[in-house]
Amino acid sequence: MSLAYYPGCTLKTQARNLEEPAVASMEALGLKLDELPGWNCCGAVYSLADDDLIHQVAPVRNLIRVKKQGKTKLVTLCAFCLNSLKRANLLMKEDAEKRDTLNSFIDEGIDYSGEVEVVHLLEVLRDEVGWETLSQKVKFPLRELKVAPYYGCTLLRPREIAIDNVEDPTILREFLEALGASPVDFPESTRCCGSYQVISSPDSIAEYTRPILSSALSHGAEALVVTCPLCDYNLARGQKELAKKQGGFREMPLFYFTQLLALALGLGPQICHFELNHGKPESLLKEKNLLSQVESLQLIGGKE
Amino acid sequence: MSAKQTKKKPAATTVKHTAKKPAGTAVKEERQVAARLIPIYIMGKRYEVPEGLTIMKAMEYAGYILIRGCGCRGGTCGACGTFYRKPGDYKLQVALACQKTVEPNMYIAQIPFFPANRAMYDFAGLTAAPEEVFKLYPEMFRCVACNSCTKACPQGIEVMDAVSALKQGNIAGAAQLSFDCIQCGLCTSRCFGELAQYHMFQLARRIYAARIVPRAEHLAGMVKAVNEGKYDRSLDELKQAKEDELKKLYQEREVEPMAAGEDWKPKDTRYL
Amino acid sequence: MTKEMPVTISPKGRRREFVKKVKELSGQNLQLCYQCGMCTGNCPATANMDISPRRIIELARLGLEEEIAGSRTVWTCASCLACAVNCPRGFDLSKVMEAIRLLTLRKNIDHVRPEDISPQERCELPQIAMVSGLRKFTG
Repeated sequence: MSLAYYPGCTLKTQARNLEEPAVASMEALGLKLDELPGWNCCGAVYSLADDDLIHQVAPVRNLIRVKKQGKTKLVTLCAFCLNSLKRANLLMKEDAEKRDTLNSFIDEGIDYSGEVEVVHLLEVLRDEVGWETLSQKVKFPLRELKVAPYYGCTLLRPREIAIDNVEDPTILREFLEALGASPVDFPESTRCCGSYQVISSPDSIAEYTRPILSSALSHGAEALVVTCPLCDYNLARGQKELAKKQGGFREMPLFYFTQLLALALGLGPQICHFELNHGKPESLLKEKNLLSQVESLQLIGGKE
Repeated sequence: MSAKQTKKKPAATTVKHTAKKPAGTAVKEERQVAARLIPIYIMGKRYEVPEGLTIMKAMEYAGYILIRGCGCRGGTCGACGTFYRKPGDYKLQVALACQKTVEPNMYIAQIPFFPANRAMYDFAGLTAAPEEVFKLYPEMFRCVACNSCTKACPQGIEVMDAVSALKQGNIAGAAQLSFDCIQCGLCTSRCFGELAQYHMFQLARRIYAARIVPRAEHLAGMVKAVNEGKYDRSLDELKQAKEDELKKLYQEREVEPMAAGEDWKPKDTRYL
Repeated sequence: MTKEMPVTISPKGRRREFVKKVKELSGQNLQLCYQCGMCTGNCPATANMDISPRRIIELARLGLEEEIAGSRTVWTCASCLACAVNCPRGFDLSKVMEAIRLLTLRKNIDHVRPEDISPQERCELPQIAMVSGLRKFTG
């Protein structure tokens, strides 16, 4: 069985460590991720203006291409892309006037009115694979790995597109439990990391991420798990600056949820590309004996 | 564009031909040939031009002397990018003036040049990393995938897809997709995000050719063999041969058959 | 922390056209807000804001365009939607923030220029940061 899969630009460069373990893991679970041919940038953020249609063109064009493939579901790994695609999809379903204008402008040959369902991989794991089945397929349970699930904004807001309960999400906890890890819940798991503020006021990122990181640390987290390359970047950048400014502020490894999935399924660390991770994951994984099947970790241009 | 209009030609129904005979026997012949005239609009002004002419020729027929917006006249230099519309049709059309023949009532405007941001860089210092392109052209992230660039390309390039490839860090993909680009700049003139697509693609093609495409090993081997003197003796023989000998060698040369396989060898293997 | 400075309201200062445009662009009924402050309480960016999100709504519906234009608030917003999901009246403040930003951006006045982002950062930032930031801060 295969699922139409939308990578997003960042997953082809910096965030290969989000994509590659996902593709391998889903193959192992019998649900192949089929990259959407001719996919284009989804636009990253949803345009919030009532009269702005040009910024809806990019995500809608991708959805049309899914429909042309004859597929009815599109899976994403990047939470940013999920938000942009899912909100645009909702617009095409609900707003007849805008739908007509967009359909007549976008020259893809067919009309679109929200026939495709946009989902995040976590939803696929919860709803199509199931936590029970997933835990049965786990070869190397991530025992004793105290990892805090960080959702950020885009998986849960606005309510119309949330993949889980907006105030009290549990999907990442359930995912981590299925993998045998020890999830550490903390109150700031849905607080914004600063998002695109990193380009206009990069110095503010340390302040955006401080409450998230200190809350996770104070609740006993040894690592954070993320679903979005921008959250990954901002948290890493934030904690680096905080560690410099504040003596005693501990930097934590940041994992993509797909890396933990691949490790637990026994696919080995190499497919995870830990060398691209911010924050050193290997010493923590070694400490927990989670690198048993492959002797050494190749650090190719490892990030400090 | 500076196009000078000298004199307005009368609406003629004849076209004069000057037929030249081979050298030494130049005789002028005038033949009256009826060519149907059709109206076109150059920058909003109406002209009657013979159908069958290209836009460029039609402009010159109308009296314009083109010193910009005109180059190779062969569809490869990108100087004569032209927009046009037909009455009653909102769609904007594009063409190369030297290639496209005139149609009745076309309203044309040439864009010989469009200001486009071109990054300055020292190519020797560039690697094949996608970040090189992100660094030099950060405005590429303003692309909204509106497809206006693709619609404006006279070469039929999937311009939006090539920009998309660059955003994904796929320099090879962008280079291959933009192979036919002649740098006319029409895409840039229509771009919502104010990108200079053709400059970005040129950078991608340069990086692709110099850093990504594998070197042709058989070529390097051949150059080495030449430099080591493998062909010196046979070249000297040919240089010293008399004209008759050369003619004989040429006329009796063995030609590789059309459907020759990989392992075909000539009978005379002296020059291999 | 946001400063709570007194603001003079007079008929002269009201820009009715501004209020109309904000309502149109955001699609929100500014009168829904009863100034409870849940938005400000949930906003992760208030440390960098000079005027709180709550006050922005009040200033917007009073048409006090100059006050808002002089403030950093809308440019500090990260569109995280914490305000929108927590508003007891179902009012989407993120759309009002976007509307106010667009009133400047659509005059071809950009908040960020790509060339001002350091070359180092252009290499390091994930593409989604560049795409989203330029969408929100350039016209």
